[in-house]
Amino acid sequence: MPSNSPDSAPVAENLPERTGAQIVVDTLVDLGVEAMFGYTGGVVLPLFDRLYDAPIRFFVPRHEQGGCHMADAYARASGKVGVVLATSGPGACNLVTGLATAMMDSIPMVAFTGQVRTELIGNDAFQEADTTGITRPITKYNSIVKDVRDLERTIREAFHIASTGRPGPVLIDLPVDVEVNRHRGNGRAEIDLPGYKIRTKGHARQISTAAEAINMSERPVLYVGGGVIIANAVEELRALAEKAHLPVTMTLLGLGSIDQRHPESLDMLGMHGSAYANYAVQESDLLIAVGARFDDRVTGKLSTFAPNAKIIHIDIDPTSISKNVHVDIPVVGDAKHILTELTKEVKHRPREAWFARIAEWKKKFPFKYDGNSGRIKPQYVIQELCRQTKNDAIVATGVGQHQMWAAQFYRFIKPRQFITSGGLGTMGFGLPAAIGAQIARPDATVIDIDGDHSFNMTMTELATAVQYELPIKVCLMNNGYMGMVRQWQELFYGRRYACSYLKNPDYAAVAQAMGAVGITVDKKEDVPKVIERMLAEKKPCVVNFHVEAEENVWPMVPAGKSLSEMDGLDILERLI
Amino acid sequence: MKHIISALVENKPGVLAHVAGMFAARAFNIDSLVVGRTEDPDLSRMTIVVIGDDKVLEQVRKQLAKIVPVVKVQDFTDQPVVARDLMLITVSAPPEKRPEIFPLIEMFRGRVVDIGLKSIMVEVSGPETKIDAFINVCKPYGIKSVARTGTIAMPRQGKGDM
Repeated sequence: MPSNSPDSAPVAENLPERTGAQIVVDTLVDLGVEAMFGYTGGVVLPLFDRLYDAPIRFFVPRHEQGGCHMADAYARASGKVGVVLATSGPGACNLVTGLATAMMDSIPMVAFTGQVRTELIGNDAFQEADTTGITRPITKYNSIVKDVRDLERTIREAFHIASTGRPGPVLIDLPVDVEVNRHRGNGRAEIDLPGYKIRTKGHARQISTAAEAINMSERPVLYVGGGVIIANAVEELRALAEKAHLPVTMTLLGLGSIDQRHPESLDMLGMHGSAYANYAVQESDLLIAVGARFDDRVTGKLSTFAPNAKIIHIDIDPTSISKNVHVDIPVVGDAKHILTELTKEVKHRPREAWFARIAEWKKKFPFKYDGNSGRIKPQYVIQELCRQTKNDAIVATGVGQHQMWAAQFYRFIKPRQFITSGGLGTMGFGLPAAIGAQIARPDATVIDIDGDHSFNMTMTELATAVQYELPIKVCLMNNGYMGMVRQWQELFYGRRYACSYLKNPDYAAVAQAMGAVGITVDKKEDVPKVIERMLAEKKPCVVNFHVEAEENVWPMVPAGKSLSEMDGLDILERLI
Repeated sequence: MKHIISALVENKPGVLAHVAGMFAARAFNIDSLVVGRTEDPDLSRMTIVVIGDDKVLEQVRKQLAKIVPVVKVQDFTDQPVVARDLMLITVSAPPEKRPEIFPLIEMFRGRVVDIGLKSIMVEVSGPETKIDAFINVCKPYGIKSVARTGTIAMPRQGKGDM
């Protein structure tokens, strides 16, 4: 097969001949890229030289993984494409976790990696890795540019692919000779991607069928995923929910698509979702999924999931339809368009019996913890954070118990507010994510609610936050354990806590040594005033909360059980 | 059930790896995969024989179409198609056996494409079942080696068999 054919790339006649590195920088500026993340190295020196005085803010992490998560969170917080750059070999390999994280959560990103000179490729050259081979399954698309004549077009295609349809990371591998070879570039030529078609408008008849089903339904539930936030369709969603009068439950990534203080919010569903959301889904006669993918953490045992419900599935990705659950009424397209059209055709129905039943569950099974305990309960810290920030902070997390508590006890009110690794479940995401989000939203209060062991994985990025004077706040729910692993070991492995307890450093001292503020909290009564002080800090600030060590996340649908078979409800009921 | 999937793909490096990798990552079973050029130099055609039920095949089709350089995907299963495999087979055939073997080759509309002292190479094409049958017929004489393509297929324009 021929390499990227030069004939098909038009040439921008009116532009001067430039090096490939200059073409990269000029194209990024033209595409509106304002911030980039990345780490230098041998084969990307030509690029860094051109970036040195480019009008793009450049942020250097302490590890490429951190940079990749920063670009990801920058995209999640802003809705723009996140851009990351790494050198060949180890630099590229260190992007793997970040790319896979972004892929699973459909985050628009473009990654550039340096590569050894084209004539050395395949020779096991110094710092050579088969980057496109390694990253193919964890990117939406990737390619290597072997001819500078294809460079500009490839970059424009990458941004188009990354940011349209179901978004995802796209990687471009750049051999160093392509960075120094000269060409005029391809200009803003038409993108030529014959295999890349996106259906944006939903099928009109399918939309009408869906509207009829909604109008007929006695016990509907709207089940909303991250797709609604990606599609910027939160207003349209609210309009539908209000007009048709539908209760709304959200996935982990869907949190923020409906104000959780709204009485029709059922909060999160799934393994650690609310009992009222899970019961409602199981008893529903119609489930309207929007931008969600019936993940196993949401459905529990598939064969008993929503057994009496007809299912409408609105999604831009046809592969999501009927992948896990049989869908009765699929509508493929952009959520913003489909929700707008759907809202025109639905009628308001009181559904008094259904809302009364939901209200009963809500009253009986709220998210709860033991407020009388003398120890610091992590749920209490999160509630207090929510109260003091008036539900309005951007919250990043690691992965595990603290992440679930953040989802349960921080009441989100708007989209792009909760930045968390859902699909891949990447520990260590929280700190770099908070940094990326703060860069995207300099005026927002950004809090990393983290676990001690998630933080351990990427805490070196604290130095990055200090260097760029980012006032991020890190709240460690420090229980000494890998809490979620410990919880599973307690419940399913007879309390044999194998490898889930590690000796931690003094985090306040670590923070101070890195130039951040570090505070340790041991007493429950100190929590409010420490949070107050933390929120007033202008420097990065780490607060190490020594929380109840063996606290569990309830309710919990054990793996392989039906959504209605939740453990821990009896424990919650006994609490006052 | 076996399905013949035809995918028109951009003629670019990495496409085959992408398609093959997707099948492996999603645990779909490939029975055979053939890639070749088409009348358009920018496009190649992949003919993939896949085993699976309707639900699996729906995912296979959609996942293939989702790959950026894949331009068009068709499932030929429910339509009349011409499907052919090609085989080169070397059979042990000392001169005294040849009068026995040659009529068999005729019967399968095969061609002798190379003759050695003790063996012959035969080219046979046709539906997979015919190729399998010819292999069975050759077994008693001793098969030295076999090279066969997977299936390629194209929908029929006319209704009748040729």
